[in-house]
Amino acid sequence: MFGTIRLFLSSRKSWTIPYVIFSAVFVILPLLLIVVYAFMDDAGHFTLGNFAKFFAHPEAINTFVYSIGVAIITTVVCILLGYPAAYILTQTRMKYASAVVVLFILPMWVNILIRTLATVALFDFMNMPLGEGALIFGMVYNFLPFMIYPIYNTLQKLDKSYVEAAQDLGANPVQVFLKAVLPLSMPGIVSGILMVFMPTISTFAIAELLTMNNIKLFGTTIQENINNSMWNYGAALSLIMLFLIGATTLLASDDNDPNEGGGLW
Amino acid sequence: MVKRILCQGYLWLLLLLLYAPIFLIMIYSFTEAKVLGNWTGFSTKLYSSLFVSGTHHSLTNALLNTLSIALIAATASTLLGSVTAIGIFNLRSRARKAISFVNNIPILNGDIIIGISLFLLFVSLGIPQGYITVVLAHITFCTPYVVLSVLPRLKQMNPNIYEAALDLGATPMQALRKVIVPEILPGMISGFMLAVTLSIDDFAVTVFTIGNEGLETLSTYIYADARKGGLTPELRPLSTIIFVLVLVLLVIINRRASKKKEE
Amino acid sequence: MQQSSYIIEVNGVSKFFGDKMVLDNINLYVKKGEFVTVLGPSGCGKTTLLRLIAGFQTASEGEIKIAGKEITQTPPHKRPVNTVFQKYALFPHLNVFDNIAFGLKLKKIPKQIIGKKVKAALRMVGMTDYEYRDVNSLSGGQQQRVAIARAIVNEPEVLLLDEPLAALDLKMRKDMQMELKEMHKTLGITFVYVTHDQEEALTLSDTIVVMSEGKIQQIGTPVDIYNEPINSFVADFIGESNILNGIMVKDKLVRFAGVEFECVDEGFGENMPVDVVVRPEDWYIFPDSDASQISGVVTSSIFKGVHYEMVVNANGYEFIVQDYHHFAVGERVGLLVKPFDIHIMKKERVCNTFEGELVDETHVDFLGCTFECLPVTTIAPGAKVQVHVDFKDVILQDNEEDGTLTGDVCFILYKGDHYHLTVASDWGEDIFVDTDDVWDNGDHVGITILPESIKVTQVVES
Repeated sequence: MFGTIRLFLSSRKSWTIPYVIFSAVFVILPLLLIVVYAFMDDAGHFTLGNFAKFFAHPEAINTFVYSIGVAIITTVVCILLGYPAAYILTQTRMKYASAVVVLFILPMWVNILIRTLATVALFDFMNMPLGEGALIFGMVYNFLPFMIYPIYNTLQKLDKSYVEAAQDLGANPVQVFLKAVLPLSMPGIVSGILMVFMPTISTFAIAELLTMNNIKLFGTTIQENINNSMWNYGAALSLIMLFLIGATTLLASDDNDPNEGGGLW
Repeated sequence: MVKRILCQGYLWLLLLLLYAPIFLIMIYSFTEAKVLGNWTGFSTKLYSSLFVSGTHHSLTNALLNTLSIALIAATASTLLGSVTAIGIFNLRSRARKAISFVNNIPILNGDIIIGISLFLLFVSLGIPQGYITVVLAHITFCTPYVVLSVLPRLKQMNPNIYEAALDLGATPMQALRKVIVPEILPGMISGFMLAVTLSIDDFAVTVFTIGNEGLETLSTYIYADARKGGLTPELRPLSTIIFVLVLVLLVIINRRASKKKEE
Repeated sequence: MQQSSYIIEVNGVSKFFGDKMVLDNINLYVKKGEFVTVLGPSGCGKTTLLRLIAGFQTASEGEIKIAGKEITQTPPHKRPVNTVFQKYALFPHLNVFDNIAFGLKLKKIPKQIIGKKVKAALRMVGMTDYEYRDVNSLSGGQQQRVAIARAIVNEPEVLLLDEPLAALDLKMRKDMQMELKEMHKTLGITFVYVTHDQEEALTLSDTIVVMSEGKIQQIGTPVDIYNEPINSFVADFIGESNILNGIMVKDKLVRFAGVEFECVDEGFGENMPVDVVVRPEDWYIFPDSDASQISGVVTSSIFKGVHYEMVVNANGYEFIVQDYHHFAVGERVGLLVKPFDIHIMKKERVCNTFEGELVDETHVDFLGCTFECLPVTTIAPGAKVQVHVDFKDVILQDNEEDGTLTGDVCFILYKGDHYHLTVASDWGEDIFVDTDDVWDNGDHVGITILPESIKVTQVVES
C-alpha cells in the first residue's frame, strides 16, 4: 500500500494533485455554494422560495427570455459574419492569413469597457439611437473573434482531399461547400457557438452602457441582487443560468468533444 | 480575380467595423474635450497629463494594479497549468477525462458564474476580499487555458525523447528540464500571453472579488467612471498607448517568427 | 562470486500489462561483443524485452543482470546501456552537436574532450561537418545516424537498437545495415537489435532470438535458424518454406504428400506425425522422368529477378519451388529433394487439448463456455476433465454470433493442401484449426465445435 503511494508520488501522474486540490477549492466548492445558497433563506433554512420568487416575477422571467433571445441573435450574427471571414482566411496565403487572424483578436487588448464606451461614442457620432441595434452590435463586436478563431482552426486542419474527392465525384462548388466543407467544419462552429453564446448570456454592465440603462439583461439582474446583498436570490438566479449553460454544453458536446480538433485554443 | 477582391474586401470591411470604435478613441485622444466625440482642436494635453505624476493618481494606480495582477496571475497559472498538463498527459484515459472535464468548467461557465461562485466562497470562508482574492480568481479562470495550450505540445512530442534523455544519463528532473520544458515552451508562452490578455480584459470576475476596500483595477475604475456619467478623458490616450504597444510587440514577434522559419 | 562471462543475463523474466502477459519466462544470455537480434512479428514482446533491458519498464518477475550486476530495478539513467529508437527521438530544440553531447555534458566531461568525442562519433557515422545543423532539417537516414552517434558517444557496454531502420526506405536500409555491421566490428561492444525483418536479422546477427507471443521460440546462429528451424512458426517466419504434415515411418524415412522420402533424421519413433519443411530452393525441378520422386503440374510461374518462383501441384499438394530454369504453366514436371534438405520437426501438438469440467452427462465446460457433447457415462458430473478436439473438427464462421465463442485469427500456416490456423479465443486460450477455407490474419470469427467432435477423458490425479 505504502509502496503504491510512493510510486504514484514519484510518477508524474501526481503532478495533477495541486490542480485537483485547487479546482476542488476554487471551482467545485464555489459551484456547490451557489447550490447551497440558492436553496437557503436568509436565516439559513432550506427553502424553494428563491425559485418561487423568480417564477412569480414576470419581469425576471421576461429579462431571462429576452437575454436568451439576445444571445441567440448575437450567436447567429456571429456565425453569419464570422464563417465567411474564417473561410476566406483559410483560402488566403498562410503568412498573411495568420496576421489577419491576429488582427481580429487584437482589439481584446483594449479594455472591454473602453471598447464598449467607444461603441457608444461611435453610435453617438453617427447619430444612431442607442438601443437594441447598439446592443447587438456591441455584443457581436465583443465576441466575433471567439467565433472566427475556432472555425478558422477547424477549416485550416480540414483535409483538402475531402474537397477534391467531392469535386471528383461531380459536386459543383456550392455542393462541395454544403456537403463536404460545412459538415466537416461543424466542430469549429459548435465551439464557436459555445464561446459566443455562453459569455453573451452572462454579460452584464455592457448592456447597460450600450443602451443607457434602457435594456437590462439577466446578468445585470443577478449582479444587482448580489450587490444588494440578496445573495440567496442571486444564487438561485445563477443556478438557473448554470442550468442553461450546462444544457447548452451537453447539447453541443453530444456529438462533439470541445477538446478535439475544433477547440478554440 | 473579382471574387478575390470581393473576399478581401469583405475581410477588410469587417476589420474596419471592428476597429472603428478603437480608431475613434485614438483620434479623440488628441483633443482635450471631456466628452468623446467632441473635437476641440488638436492637442497632446491628455497625453502629458497622463504622465504628469499626481494628477491622475487613482488611474495610474488602477493601471498598475491591473498589470501586476495580470503578471502574477499569468505566471502562477502558467506554472500550475504546465505542471498539470504534464500530469494529465501521464494519466490513463479515464482519470484524464475526469480532470479535463473539471478543467473545462471555468471555460464554459461564463464570467458571472465564476465571479459569483468565488464571491460566495470568500464570503462563506470569511476571507477578506482584496488584491489576493482577485489574483486567486484570475488564476482560476486563466489556468484552464494554459492547460489547453500546453497539452497539444505534449501530444505532438515524440514520446521517446523523454526516455532518450534518461537513457543518456539524465535523471528524471534533468530530463524534464532539458528536454520536456523546451518542447512545451511555445505552449507555455502562448498560455501565458493568453492569461495576461484574459486577466487584463476581465471585468466580471474582478468586480465580484475585489471587495470594497478601495482597490481598483482598470476595469472597475472605468466602470465606476462610466456609471458616474463619463469616461475620464485620460483613458483615451492610455488605451491608445496600450493598443499601439501591443501592436508593435506583435509585429516584432511575428517578424522574428517568420525570420526563424526562413532560416 | 564467479565472474559471469555474459554481459546481459535475463533470468526468468515475465512482464504483465494488467492481466495480459506480454513476456513469458524469458531466459536470454548475451556474450560480450555479440550482435544479437531479437526477431519476431509485431506484438510478440520483443520491444518490451528491449525496454526492460534499457530500464524504461520494469520486469514483473525475474531478474536482469548487466555485466554481472543486478539491475532489474535500476532506473535507466544509471544503466550502462544506450538506446537507438525507431523514430530517432532526437531532441528537436538542440542542434546535431548538442544532441550528441547531451549525455557527455550530463557527466560533466570537460568541454574540449566533449568536442573531440562528438567529432569522432560524427566521423564514425559518416556525418562529419554536420555539427551545427538543425536536426529537423536532416533526412531520416541522417537523423538515424545522429541518433546512433548520440548513443555510441557515451561508450556504453551495450547498444540497444529498437527497429532503427524501420522508418527508412529500402535502399537506405540496405546501406545502413552494412554500416551498422561495420560499426559493430569497429566498436567491439555488444549490440542488441530488435526487428521484425527476417532478412535484416539474417544479414546482421551473430545470434538470432526468434520470439512469438511473449516466448522465445529458438535461439541460434542465422545458419542454424534458417536450416534447422525448431518448429513450424520459425520455419514459416524465417525465409519461405513448404511446410507439410508428414508421418515418420521409421528412422530416416518420412512419408508426406503421399510419397515416402529418404531423410537423415532419426529418433522420432515409428509412425509418428511430424511437420516436414522443405525450402523452395532445395527442390530440384526438371521435366518429368524416372528420377522424379514426385511429379506434378506447374500452376504458376513468376520471374523474381534472379530465379523463377513456381508453384507445382502434385498429388493434391502445392509446392513452392525456386529455380534458375523456367517451366511454363501447365508443364508436367518432376521434383526431387536431397535427404539432408528435408527438415523434420516434432509436432508441438496433434490435437487441441483443453482443461474442462463435466457439467452433466451431455454437457462439458471448457473455454469459458458450455458445450454439448455425446453422452459420457464413465465420469461423474463435476469432475475435472481433459477435452480433445481435432484441428479439422473446429468450425469457423464469418458471422461471429453463430459461434459458441469468438476469437481472432492470429497465425496462418499453409500446409500444402490446407491451412493450419491459430485462433486466439476471447477466453484467452489459443485454438488450432485445420481448414480449406481462406482466412486473413486478424479476422474476427465465430467458433463452433459439434458434440460428436468432443472427446472427454478423465484427468488422472497424480
